[in-house]
This record gives sequence, C-alpha cells and structure tokens, in this order.
Amino acid sequence: MSAPSAASPTVSAERPGLGRRPQAISTRASTRIAAGTAAMAQAEMRKLRHDHIDIITRSVQPLLWLFIFGTAMRNVHALTLGALDYRAYIAPGVMAQAAMFIAIFFGLAVIWERDVGQLQRLLATPLPRSSIVLGKAAGACVRALVQALLLLSVLAAAGIGVRWTLVGVVGTLAMLMLGTAAFACMSMLLAAAVKERERFMGIGQLIMMPLFFASSALYPLSVMPGWLRVVAHANPLTYEVQGLRQMLVGVGGAGVVWLDFLVVAGFFALMLVAATRAYPKAIL
Amino acid sequence: MSVPASQPAVLVEDLVVRFDELEAVGGVSFAVAAGEVFGLLGPNGAGKTTMIRVLTTLLEPTAGHAVVAGFDVQGESLAVRASIGYIPQAISVDGALTAYENLDFYGRVTGVPRRERRERIEEAIETMELAPMLGRLARTLSGGMLRRLEIATALLNRPAVLFLDEPTVGLDPTARRMVWEHLEALREHAGTTILVTTHVMEEAERYCERLAIMDLGRLVEQGEPAELLARNASESLEEVFTAVTGRTIEEAHEGRLSDVRAQRRVAHRLG
Repeated sequence: MSAPSAASPTVSAERPGLGRRPQAISTRASTRIAAGTAAMAQAEMRKLRHDHIDIITRSVQPLLWLFIFGTAMRNVHALTLGALDYRAYIAPGVMAQAAMFIAIFFGLAVIWERDVGQLQRLLATPLPRSSIVLGKAAGACVRALVQALLLLSVLAAAGIGVRWTLVGVVGTLAMLMLGTAAFACMSMLLAAAVKERERFMGIGQLIMMPLFFASSALYPLSVMPGWLRVVAHANPLTYEVQGLRQMLVGVGGAGVVWLDFLVVAGFFALMLVAATRAYPKAIL
Repeated sequence: MSVPASQPAVLVEDLVVRFDELEAVGGVSFAVAAGEVFGLLGPNGAGKTTMIRVLTTLLEPTAGHAVVAGFDVQGESLAVRASIGYIPQAISVDGALTAYENLDFYGRVTGVPRRERRERIEEAIETMELAPMLGRLARTLSGGMLRRLEIATALLNRPAVLFLDEPTVGLDPTARRMVWEHLEALREHAGTTILVTTHVMEEAERYCERLAIMDLGRLVEQGEPAELLARNASESLEEVFTAVTGRTIEEAHEGRLSDVRAQRRVAHRLG
C-alpha cells in the first residue's frame, strides 16, 4: 500500500512510548477539571455564536409569560402585591423557568451525543468525569445567561419596576447560573437512566411542569393550599425564585437570600455527584 | 499464530464480557505489536465493539485482563485514556462547531498543553489535509472529510495506540481508500499502533498487517493475512471466515437491530 503522496505528515517520527506516564495527566486533578470545564463551556459558546437564532427563538417564551400572562393577571385581586407590578413579580420566576427549560432539555443533548458517538469519545479522553458534567452544565449556564441578559434588557426597555442595583443584578445572574447548573445535572442524571429521546421528552415535561407550577414562580406561596405549600417548600425552584425575587425586585419568601443560595447550592452539589456517577452508564 | 516478542502495544488475555445472560466476549486473547496495523474482523454482533470499549476503558471486563500502551485498562484507566486515540463507529465530531474548533476542542480535552496546541493542530491539519475545510461547520463536510477530521482530532495527543471502530462504514469507495491511506501514512511516519475493527474483509486483507477474526464473541483465527489464507487453503478472507466458523459472512451478518440501526445512522450522516 502506498501512502498518500499529498499527505506528507510532519508528525514526530519518534514512536510513541509505551508505559511512560502521559503528559496529559501530569497536572493536578483540580487543574484538569477546571481546564476541561472551560473547554466544554467554550465549545457551547462557540455553538451559540454559530446559531444565535436559537437563543432569540428561546427568548420568546419568557416574554410571552411576562407580557401576555403577566398583563392578563396583573389585575387579579389575589395576586396584587401592594404597589408592585405583577409583571415585575413574575419576572424572576419566568427567568428561572426559561433557564430551567434550557437545563432540563440539555439531557436530550446527552442522549443525542451518545447516539452519534460524541459521548463515547469524551469518556475515552483523560477528561475527568466531573468536568464533563460540569462542562455540560456550564454550557446550559452560558445559554441561560444570554437569555437572562436579553430578558433584563426587555424589562429595562419596558420600564417594568425592577430594582436596578449592581449587587442585585450580579446576584441574580449568579443564582440563575447555580440553579441552571443544578437542573442541567439533574437532566443528565435523567438522561443516563432513560436513554431514549422520545421517552426523555415525556419525562422531561412531566418533571418540569410540576416543578414550575408548584413553586413561587407565578404566585406567592400564601395563595397555595397547605399540601401544595409543602410540595413547594421541597422544590428547589422555589428557593431559586425566592432568591432571584429578593435580589431583583426586593420582595421574597423568608427574605433570607443566603439561605436560598445555600439550598440551591446544596441541590447543585447533590445533582453533580449523582450525575458524575451516572454519566458513564449512559453509553451502555 | 504469531504473538510479537517485544512489549506489545495491546495485550488481551482471556477477556470475558457478560451482559447478564449474554456473553458478548468469551475468553479472547491476542497481542498487537507496537507500530502495526491490526484488524479485528467479524460480522455485526461478533463482539468487536465490546472489545474496543474494554480497551478504551469505557467498559469493565467481567474477567481476564488487558493492557494498552503499557497500562492496565482497569487499574490504570486514566493513563490508558491519556495514551490513546479513539474514533467510534458513529460520527463523533461536533457538527455545530467548525473543523478548526473541533480540533481545538479535542486538543484541550485530551490535555495537550496550551503552548503546544497550535503546533499540534497545524501538524494534524497537514497530515490529514484539512486546510481547505477548517472554517466550515463540521455538519457541512462530506463523509470522507468528516472521517479525516475525526482522525485528526484523535492525533492531537500523539496517541501510542489509535482505536478505530468501523472507520469506513457509510463511505464511498474513494473515501474509504483515502481513509486507509491516511492511516497507513500515519503508522509509517509517526509509528502509531492502529487497532481497527471492520466487517469488510477485502479492506482488512489489503490494509492490515495482522488480523484477528471474531465470531459470536470468540476469537476464531488470527495471524497475517497471507498466513490465514495459506493455513485455511482459501483465496479470500471470506473463505477463511467460512472455513473457521462453518458459516458464510453474509449469513453471519444478520446483526442485531441496534447494530443495523447504528450503521444506517452513520451512513445517513455521512451522506
């Protein structure tokens, strides 16, 4: 067999060594986790740049909630909250829901990547498992962040009464990232168990809708019946929305933002560990 | 059956993989010498992909052991993953990224140091003749281009062993020949050990230095192509397969639905 004449490879003629500790794993695990996560997040940003129509179309849904549902419901007596515009009240909930939507359906990408061989490829690299999961979660965060910035711009342009403080906005985005990362990990955990796209779609909807409606995204917990309030208190989305609302609008549940951060961070840690353990099983 | 005397790049001893009741690989042993192109042949469902998954640390064997690039696949899986390149049967580059972005991504996730990354990417581009397509989204590339891009992404960490699972499935004859010629050039110039699975006997006979034939999870024959033909008084590897299994390769090809689906999906993506 003749080598391709045009190829004339310039790769090292030295035969790769056997049994020699590879350079790729000579750095510390934490460094490799950070580098791998950054690489995966950057890939997501690049994909987003190539397909910015996607983020615009995804941004339509929260705007519909805000301007159609919010406008229709703003005069309902039970939902009036003093002088606060109902649209401002639901803005953090709608923002969290839209980010959760992105995160939950990230699991679909895992199933797709398994089907097309990308997952096997990644799992056969020295990339730490946790960094694959963190990188995917970071990808969901990048998309949620762009969407949130668009939504905040619309809120500002429409003059909807949001508290514009630097700390509030930065805190809002930080909480949103944490919540999105947590739900993205949950989604990957689900994808590892479900394995079929059609079934995942159904289960994704089944999980997302109760999480959304049994939270404080659209109405205060005080209007819920007792049993639903118990469910809402066990729902991590409730704490995410409470934190966002406290920082962005100045009203919230218990009004203790650090506690909301703590609950969402705990949920994220739990989902990260579980997804890291389950992820390699997704290829089987 | 010849086993290389020097330290093999891949050593498999009495390897068994069971999925509940199903024995996908049943007590397989073989060795691949450093720097050779070794073909793992067999019909769909023979256990080739399962074998590759064990050797790339994606799957734990039920029994037996395997050493890749001098590292145990179970005890030193991280070192194995850092020493290999792997191209699964399905198209693994990201269609939503450009060819260059795919190269950069795999350079980063395979741990190529930042100061060497650009140079290695340039080398891979030159080796696989990718220059004209670097700015194109991978999903717009032809089947042959995609496979070359995939191979390029697997070369960035300068792997001691390159695993390719059915690299020519879904390609037209010209693209198939190009893929094989690039692999041969890679082996010749970089000394990379190549373990490739295929069910196309003609390609295996033509391009592999040594072969192992698998059927129903067992290794039924191994050696150099000429050696196999002579030993089984056959004129082609199809005849060798029939001689050692008692079935024709066409009969054996009635693979599982999932295998057929996977191959069709790859063929569809490759256009």
